[in-house]
Amino acid sequence: MKLNGSEILIECLIEQQVDTVFGFPGGAVLNIYDALYKYRSSIRHILTSHEQGASHAADGYARSTGKVGVCIATSGPGATNLVTGLATAYMDSIPIVAFTGNVTTALLGKDSFQEVDITGITMPITKHNYIVKDVRELAPTIREAFRIARSGRPGPVLIDVPKDVSAAICDYEKADTDPIIRLRPMQNALEKTIKMLRESVRPMLYVGGGVIRANAQGELAKFIELIDSPMGVSFMGTGAVACDHVRFTGMIGMHGTRVSNIAVNRCDLLLVIGARFSDRVVSKASAFAKKAKIVQIDVDPAEINKNMPTLHHVIGDIKEVLGELNTMLERSPIVHTSWMEQIALWKQEYPIKVSVENRRSKQVLRALNQLLPENAIIVTEVGQHQMWTAQFYCHNPKGRFLSSGGLGTMGYGTGAAIGAQVGNLDKRVVNVAGDGSFRMNCNELATIARYNLPIIILLMNNHTLGMVRQWQTFFYEHRYSETTLDTSVDWIKLAQAYGINGMHLGIDDDPAMVLNAAISLHAPVLVDCEIPVDNKVFPMVAPGASIDDMIEDSPEQ
Amino acid sequence: MERYTLGILVNNHPGVLSRVVGLFSRRGYNIDSLSVGETEIPTISRITIVVTGDRQIVEQIEKQVAKLIDVINVVELSHQGSIQAELILVKLSTENGNRAAVIQLSEIFKAKIVDVSEATISLQLTGNLDKINSFLRLSRPYGICELVRTGITAMGRDSQAKGDASPDDSEY
Repeated sequence: MKLNGSEILIECLIEQQVDTVFGFPGGAVLNIYDALYKYRSSIRHILTSHEQGASHAADGYARSTGKVGVCIATSGPGATNLVTGLATAYMDSIPIVAFTGNVTTALLGKDSFQEVDITGITMPITKHNYIVKDVRELAPTIREAFRIARSGRPGPVLIDVPKDVSAAICDYEKADTDPIIRLRPMQNALEKTIKMLRESVRPMLYVGGGVIRANAQGELAKFIELIDSPMGVSFMGTGAVACDHVRFTGMIGMHGTRVSNIAVNRCDLLLVIGARFSDRVVSKASAFAKKAKIVQIDVDPAEINKNMPTLHHVIGDIKEVLGELNTMLERSPIVHTSWMEQIALWKQEYPIKVSVENRRSKQVLRALNQLLPENAIIVTEVGQHQMWTAQFYCHNPKGRFLSSGGLGTMGYGTGAAIGAQVGNLDKRVVNVAGDGSFRMNCNELATIARYNLPIIILLMNNHTLGMVRQWQTFFYEHRYSETTLDTSVDWIKLAQAYGINGMHLGIDDDPAMVLNAAISLHAPVLVDCEIPVDNKVFPMVAPGASIDDMIEDSPEQ
Repeated sequence: MERYTLGILVNNHPGVLSRVVGLFSRRGYNIDSLSVGETEIPTISRITIVVTGDRQIVEQIEKQVAKLIDVINVVELSHQGSIQAELILVKLSTENGNRAAVIQLSEIFKAKIVDVSEATISLQLTGNLDKINSFLRLSRPYGICELVRTGITAMGRDSQAKGDASPDDSEY
């Protein structure tokens, strides 16, 4: 059948079972938006306030549904506004397909109005990108883009479509989607891993976001039972097992738990699963896991020996690898009784200490935790509130924890929460925000209102860029350079201006009461939650220090 | 720090070279030389990159390059297991009455005289890195007015055994 480029684009989205896209129209994508209008009964378009919001929404949608997120932006500034969202997705390996319009092929390279070389700009922050200059290439390109985005180590892919290509007529034939090929591990690599696990007396797991990307939480839960090992996570691995699991020791690294950091440095075998030895985990590389043989499991061969040398590795899809390891271990599980007893002792001895002055964020997040169902989706921005949410909310595999880990994108949360809620209308979505991050993209309140999304924005308002202030306190002799947000914003009035409910949670209020009222609304709501300006994130490893050299809070009196 | 030669087969798409080179610069890998051209299959190009680094860095480079979608494969070409050659054009000064000496040097190295003027001789020379470098070292005293190098290009040898037929090595 003969269709124009834009109709082919939409048909290809339908082939890929896409039913939701996020975007913002403009001159170079007029043809595509015209096709979206025509196909509006099969594809739902969510109009954001800003293209950055659309890119974060596609990301939040992908993280929370496991599907590929799709966003659309026009040429020039529309395209560049996607950049932060794509970089965020790239760092955390999130599958996104982004479409940008561009000027007509005849005008390319002539500094035309709203022209930008977006494939050049996004080359280092996409898994792959394309500019399609011939409409006959469009359908195969889109199919390949989806395959690339979701296969192996997932990531964002961008397709730039000049305006004449989205208008050109071409033959279109429907095609089936390629099945996802999961990379199978080598048998001998698995056997060696098991042999090393059997020889180990003190194994420790360091689990990252790769487990969640591979949807291997079930396999992981079984695996840690079969090998009888403690397990810590990177920030991105948060939620891979339930926080109250007996084998779970918490985060490893800069804001990790004392137990995890001690265990990493005392273990004789560190098994790394879907994690990449980020500097926020490793800190001082020469002191990290010095007593351990390091074994790494990852789908991406380039992660092996990138930041830390490993003794052995397994390349493969983590779901496959753990599934096969489990089958091999089932006949004779491994036990590490005395090591697990030691871990239990440490867990008792070294909980995360929280002093009276610092306890407000924990109280609020615990209250939120109690009120929400297990499958709630928790989104954050970036900063102190993000670390508190990782530490004090009990994440579990039934829910999802969406946060910009690798890039640390302030302003991620509101867009991501929109994507998560649109993709999960039956679930509760909370964006735990800081006032610094929230003001970056609070324009998306308009989107929340427009689609009446029952998102709860828990604004942890300490009137400062808290994490930066914390560093200024510790390392810059209290010189609070440009971190005090003393222009008073009435956040409740701001929410109300968009037609969104606003509530106040004062320093002496009962968080459970206010949060319960907010959750019970089943409507968009912003909770302005006062947090003392000098509350800090503890424990903390100073930059460059060994991870077991931690600055801790004084215990609660 | 050692010198490594990588042969990279890529799809002959626009922008592929910038993908490969961009990866080198953003990961902080230094390129000593680079050459690129079409292969026997017109849709496939081959890039030869020479890098200096330690073993671990070079392995990391290979893996990161191999991840690029348009890269078909990456092979490391060892000195013994590959044929490596470069072409240079060099303009030498003959102003101090050393024209005869320059011609003699070019004969020893089997360089081709491609242009002659009152004050200069331009030569074209091919060979492996050692040959090119020793030629340049010996010709420097005459005065190099201009020098252009293509960068090393390389392919694997079929003759595996050391000392097997390799006519190019005995070129001079």
